[in-house]
Amino acid sequence: MFDTNELVINMGPQHPSTHGVLRVVLRLDGEKVVDADVVIGYLHRGIEKLSENRNWTQIILLTDRMDYVAAATNNVGYCETVEKLLSLEVPRRARYVRTILCELQRIASHCLWVGTHAMDIGAMTVFLYAFRERELILDLFEEFCGARLTYNSMRIGGLPQDLPPGWDKKVLQFCDIMSSKVDEYEELLTHNRIWLERTKGVGIISGAEAIAIGLSGPPLRGSGVPRDIRKDEPYAAYDEMEFSVPVGTAGDTYDRYLVRMEEFRQSLRIIRQAAEGIPEGPIVGKVPRLIKPAAGETYHAIESPKGELGYFIVSDGKSTNPYRFRVRPPSFCNLQALRQLIKGHLIADVVALIGSLDVVLGEVDR
Amino acid sequence: MVDTLVIPLLKILIVLNATLVAVTYMVLLERKVIAWAQSRLGPMRVGPYGVLQPVADAIKLMIKEDITPVKADRWVFTVAPIISMVPALIVYAVIPFGPTVSLFGRQVSLYITDINVGLLYIVSVASVGVYGIILAGYASNSKFPLLASLRASAQLISYEVAVTLTLVSVILVAGSLSMVSIVRAQEASGVWFIFVQPLAFGIFVIGSLAETNRAPFDMPEAEQELTGGFHTEYSGMRFALFFLAEYANMIVVSSVATTLFIGGWLRPFPNVAALSFLDIIPSWTWFLIKSFLFLYFFVWVRATLPRYRYDQLMRLGWKMLIPLAIANLVITGIIKVLLLRG
Repeated sequence: MFDTNELVINMGPQHPSTHGVLRVVLRLDGEKVVDADVVIGYLHRGIEKLSENRNWTQIILLTDRMDYVAAATNNVGYCETVEKLLSLEVPRRARYVRTILCELQRIASHCLWVGTHAMDIGAMTVFLYAFRERELILDLFEEFCGARLTYNSMRIGGLPQDLPPGWDKKVLQFCDIMSSKVDEYEELLTHNRIWLERTKGVGIISGAEAIAIGLSGPPLRGSGVPRDIRKDEPYAAYDEMEFSVPVGTAGDTYDRYLVRMEEFRQSLRIIRQAAEGIPEGPIVGKVPRLIKPAAGETYHAIESPKGELGYFIVSDGKSTNPYRFRVRPPSFCNLQALRQLIKGHLIADVVALIGSLDVVLGEVDR
Repeated sequence: MVDTLVIPLLKILIVLNATLVAVTYMVLLERKVIAWAQSRLGPMRVGPYGVLQPVADAIKLMIKEDITPVKADRWVFTVAPIISMVPALIVYAVIPFGPTVSLFGRQVSLYITDINVGLLYIVSVASVGVYGIILAGYASNSKFPLLASLRASAQLISYEVAVTLTLVSVILVAGSLSMVSIVRAQEASGVWFIFVQPLAFGIFVIGSLAETNRAPFDMPEAEQELTGGFHTEYSGMRFALFFLAEYANMIVVSSVATTLFIGGWLRPFPNVAALSFLDIIPSWTWFLIKSFLFLYFFVWVRATLPRYRYDQLMRLGWKMLIPLAIANLVITGIIKVLLLRG
């Protein structure tokens, strides 16, 4: 019945802590993980291929379905890539709004992350607290574009519609609420003895290794590499914002946790600056009636909550749809580290590490 | 006839029923308290403020299909929940809810029986319950429950040692194993044993959290890791038996903690005459209030703390609690001897 030496356990695709449909086949020696096989593909919908048969505007709503907890970020990433292909100037007002939406989305995504990560480690109250605040962000998005999950909130060249009156005030109010709530989460976790024991020294990855694997976003910064596309290659209105990029030192689960907690605060800082300084003006640039970029290719990346979200698009200059559409999803690349991270750890650490990488399977499989 | 048969049977009936009701309502209390901690409302639909939720739950669990996996060891699979439930209930035989009172012109003791090895009885009977968990994991013939039951057995055995050692130091102070005599000893010395044995109390509380599989030591049923642990394959009433056993055990350890450390049925400051007006409140009420505080604490801890990892739990048990408990026991013994000499 059971092998006496190793026990092979199939964790997922239906398991409470694999965050969707990730499947991890674990080889166990007692409680210890000897080896692991990460199986993906349960949520593959062929978004990239599908996009090659849609016109440029229709693709925006397909990008919603990749990282569905940060749909607006995906929209922004795609639209900016097409704008780069078209050499289109985006009005300043639209760029400011994009910045606000991206950062709200980062907070929403991190709320979901802190909740589920803490839940995996057994602290269930944080989960509900974080979802309470995420709800406020969803309300803001609902007011802006009418949707709560898949927003379709961006257009090539600018915004689909102007901000509702008073929306920026509500965003500022939200910032005030949120900054005290982040302290609340930290109070429950950061100095909690059990939390420290569960996360410190678990899943250490050095900066060099992280770069070799291709990690990006908080997992990379947790290992001490100060790479943030918002700073290094600013897009939207990030070049006009003041913020710092938190980095960790040890590269363990705890440092990745601390980096994301600090990102909450930095995001709030950016949102405050942007919401107070939204310039007046048009919301859409000079977009041609028929979007048909000249033949050529481009790659453009933005800093999604999970890491570097890049789009590689080829246009043949003849048709009204992309010739080739390819996404560099941060979750997929970050997930590559999982096998290496969980080797030698215990079962309980596996769920902590999946949470610590913060993957969204919709984006991994596309 | 009446004293030897009718009254004990009546008492057993009352305690058994009260326990089962208390257990189901403990589930509701837990859901409510955790909900409040998490800024939710908790069950609100069945009855006003959800007070009939336990009834609904019971009906649901009873009419649910009872599934036995094809490859399970049928006989053991059936027996396992019973093994874990029964010890949790028969422990109540020696728990003193109050002293002897006169009721309808008859002297009635508010406990089913008072045997002179009461504490030993509790420890030994309660530890039979762990077999239920081990057998459930084994009989399910499934990997996750097997891992969970291995965890459970290791955990319960380790913490049993620490907890029992703290009980021994209380026995040394009280000079008796009888639950009633331990309360009487606290009455005579005029001080609750929590002040005499604070370290033992601390170890007992931590150990009892682990022994009842409660957070932060709920490893055997860690949902996020083992998808429900040893009762993954159970459904319907058999699952309910495990569930009830867990809560019944919580009430048992709360009662034991109340009896041993905070004076059982005694009012606060039992020998301060100025507070004698507190005697209006019947003794069993004090007992229930104190036990309730423990239960509330259990729920509170669950809402607050993350879960320990298996190896950390073992380290805490063997490297911290057991040495501390032994040291506490030795020091208690030395002081006791010195006091007896002097």
